[in-house]
Amino acid sequence: MSTGRAEAGVRGKNVRSDCWIDLEIRNSGGIELEVSSKVESMYGDSIREQLLRGLTTLGIEHARVEMEDTGALPFVIDARLEVAARRALGELRAEILPEQRANPTPSARDRFRRSRLYLPGNTPRLFINAGLHNPDAVILDLEDAVAATQKDSARIVVRNALRAIDFGKAELMVRINQGQRGLDDLEWIVPHGVQLVLAPKIETPEELKLIDAKIAEVSAACGRTEPVWLMPIIESALGALQALDICRASANNVAVAIGLEDYTADIGVQRTLEGEESRWMRGQCINAARAARLQPIDTVFSDVGDQEGLRQSVLEAKRLGFDGKGCIHPRQIAVVNQAFAPETAEVKKACRIVEAFEDAEARGLGVVSLGSKMIDAPVVKRAQHTVKLALATGLLDETWRKGKEVTS
Amino acid sequence: MSKMVKNAAGRMVPTEVNAVPQTPYKGVGQFQPQGRKTAPSVAQCGDFPADGDKRVATLKEALRKAGLKSGMTISNHHHFRNGDLVMNAVFQAAAELGVKDLVWFPSAAFPCHKPMIEHMDNGVLKRIEGSLNGPLGAYASHGDMDGVAVLRSHGGRWQAVQDGEVHIDITVLAAPTADAFGNATGDRGPSACGSLNFGLVDSLYADKVIVVTDNLVPFPCVPWQIQGNNVDYVVELEQVGDPDKIVSGTTRITKSPDRLLIAELTAKFIRSTSYFRDGFSLQAGAGGTALATAIFLKEMMREAEIRARFMRGGSTKYMVQMLEEGMMDYLLDGQTFDLEGVRSMRENPNHLATSPFTSYNWHGKGNFASLVDFVVLGATEVDVDFNANVVTHSDGKMLHGIGGWQNCLFANVTILPIPAFRNRIPVIVDEVTTLCGPGELIDVVVTERGIAINPLRQDLIESATAAGLPVRSIDELKREIEGIVGGPPAKPRVGEKIVGIVKWVDGTILDVIYETS
Repeated sequence: MSTGRAEAGVRGKNVRSDCWIDLEIRNSGGIELEVSSKVESMYGDSIREQLLRGLTTLGIEHARVEMEDTGALPFVIDARLEVAARRALGELRAEILPEQRANPTPSARDRFRRSRLYLPGNTPRLFINAGLHNPDAVILDLEDAVAATQKDSARIVVRNALRAIDFGKAELMVRINQGQRGLDDLEWIVPHGVQLVLAPKIETPEELKLIDAKIAEVSAACGRTEPVWLMPIIESALGALQALDICRASANNVAVAIGLEDYTADIGVQRTLEGEESRWMRGQCINAARAARLQPIDTVFSDVGDQEGLRQSVLEAKRLGFDGKGCIHPRQIAVVNQAFAPETAEVKKACRIVEAFEDAEARGLGVVSLGSKMIDAPVVKRAQHTVKLALATGLLDETWRKGKEVTS
Repeated sequence: MSKMVKNAAGRMVPTEVNAVPQTPYKGVGQFQPQGRKTAPSVAQCGDFPADGDKRVATLKEALRKAGLKSGMTISNHHHFRNGDLVMNAVFQAAAELGVKDLVWFPSAAFPCHKPMIEHMDNGVLKRIEGSLNGPLGAYASHGDMDGVAVLRSHGGRWQAVQDGEVHIDITVLAAPTADAFGNATGDRGPSACGSLNFGLVDSLYADKVIVVTDNLVPFPCVPWQIQGNNVDYVVELEQVGDPDKIVSGTTRITKSPDRLLIAELTAKFIRSTSYFRDGFSLQAGAGGTALATAIFLKEMMREAEIRARFMRGGSTKYMVQMLEEGMMDYLLDGQTFDLEGVRSMRENPNHLATSPFTSYNWHGKGNFASLVDFVVLGATEVDVDFNANVVTHSDGKMLHGIGGWQNCLFANVTILPIPAFRNRIPVIVDEVTTLCGPGELIDVVVTERGIAINPLRQDLIESATAAGLPVRSIDELKREIEGIVGGPPAKPRVGEKIVGIVKWVDGTILDVIYETS
């Protein structure tokens, strides 16, 4: 094996629950470990064993490892060590893969995607409890939230997180990079349980098709059979103009999101709170999404201190026709989920419609009626969606058919 | 080396500490004290200035007049927290007077008292008897202190003095405002700290009482939180405290999303119980999670249209707001943490300074802590039997004082909202490193991953489950956490030498702390 030396990870005064590794791969002399850890007395031995196991997996027999640990969890230690080894050697076939966790919640094309929590890909400390805040999805971000020099690191950290972290009921999303780097990102995530890929700054259907093809190729190679859903992000003038074609570009598209920072920059205007400047674009994308039977998803609300502003912003998005919104802080999730919840009167009406429909079906009637009114099929469908949303937000419980009243 | 015996909690404890015979812990409420309370010697007014002017020119002079000798015990209150300028001056003066082997008996020590290490190294100070944290905790944990650290709760400190277990020779009480007679208050003056009542027991039982102030007012100083009739000498200093470190200008609630989640869950749990009703009571500390719990609870109280009869605890602007908005009738203040708390205590007759006697002393005819419906406390560790640790970390090092923690466990519902793990270190363990609170008194552990309720409290399990809260067994929570952090933590590597003991509220020994490297 060749020799080399590289660092990986983070250290410094304000770093917590992470580690920094300096790995020097040598020709001889065996393994030398120099570990200083904030949790030495509790996990010092465990850390050393893990490093030795990792080096063995990577086929490294002679090396000096210096480590500064501030309480990194095992999946982070593995990732930092593997990144250091990849940087030191340039190329490496072996991987240190954490065990795949038992029961990731299965995804579905039409599941809720009201709240999606962005998590910076190279900051694993923020991953651990993300699922506890009940987002509909987490987005492990390889793109804007990761510094250019840490892209290689974020891939491994995200790969390990996909395997090791329990995100609860959240759908596992990854935002890949643009262009070729994004296509390369797919090799690190598709075999490891990602459920949806966010593709940033899509301007043409061809770009999305390339991603879809690459996913198919990687899936075939690793024996993955379940689909990887796609959510293109439209964030440019060109993308907006081609919105319908982008929405129709892949059978795996389930939603389309918009990004307004880039879009407003692209058309040369300031982004305002009122959003006058993006009104056409939002309408365009909502209509393209609906035409292609996809969920239209709104951009993020960036003032994490302003819960009421966020609520108003979600209510506006809902009025316009959006089904979801990005979150950049866990405390935004409950506000987003609640604001997308239907009104009480809407839920009551929807329950009556669904019950009437089920009643008509049971009696073999072709026509649904409620009182003296005939109910059209699209109305039934919307009512079914409302009931589902009410169940998900706790406005109804599963016993609602037994005459249980709406709780709030 | 004294004999070791197994106490009622199954911990091995010594029968003698610092040459004082000790009683092993016998169980909650099982130790029956005998005898009478101690008392200082009788004084006569003829020995004091008829005009009431007890001023002495310097601290050193006051100590000399008080008869300072080697081996004496000097005490103080900790209301100046990390802004105290008095105690370092006291021991500096003692060093200059050439005395040795003093014992310092504070109601709590802070990082600003780091110079005490030097006094211990050069023999002026033999040991500290009181809660040890920061640099002093590290020093004692390392086995460098001569003698054993005796850790007591706030109520236990009153009990120990009252029962004669600790004799205070001289107490030095820093006072933000005082008169020449010795009446003193903490609710005003440049170093205002709110209540002075942690020094009350010292003023009642010490042989000699010295009041030190930087804000002398003509008699009478009102309110007289410390009564001049108990005071021997009054010393004026240029400055007794650093206001910025005594109280914070702004207390902040936590911003951590996980802590807020825990606080929200805690408030929901409180709401789910039958004790959440009009006229209930709550004690919440000034820690970020406890404060956030109170804020979530405030909204729930509004929705339910109920108010509290009283709330207890370290007072902060958030508690003051709740008092002023009519969410409670009375705020019973143990210590005052921010400027709003100080202002409210000064201005609002329903904001009352309580003392360790009224609130916490176990050897009394009842205390307030057991009248409280809900108490929200912290902990460094909890074990699967709900025993909890608050003084050491999982590495065995002494890092926190007990404070009022043990005394508060007697509330109707004792709740520990704590993160499931901190920096990889799990909070739920097989057996706590140091036992500070018996599991039978700890009802609920709220983590971001679910609520564990003591099986002794089926009533709480039922109400929380009925409310749809995530109730889980403590073993199940522990397993989940260990799955995340990579297995249970190794036991702390400790030495043979006992460096500290943890007293229970009745003065018996609950557990010991061994030296760590």
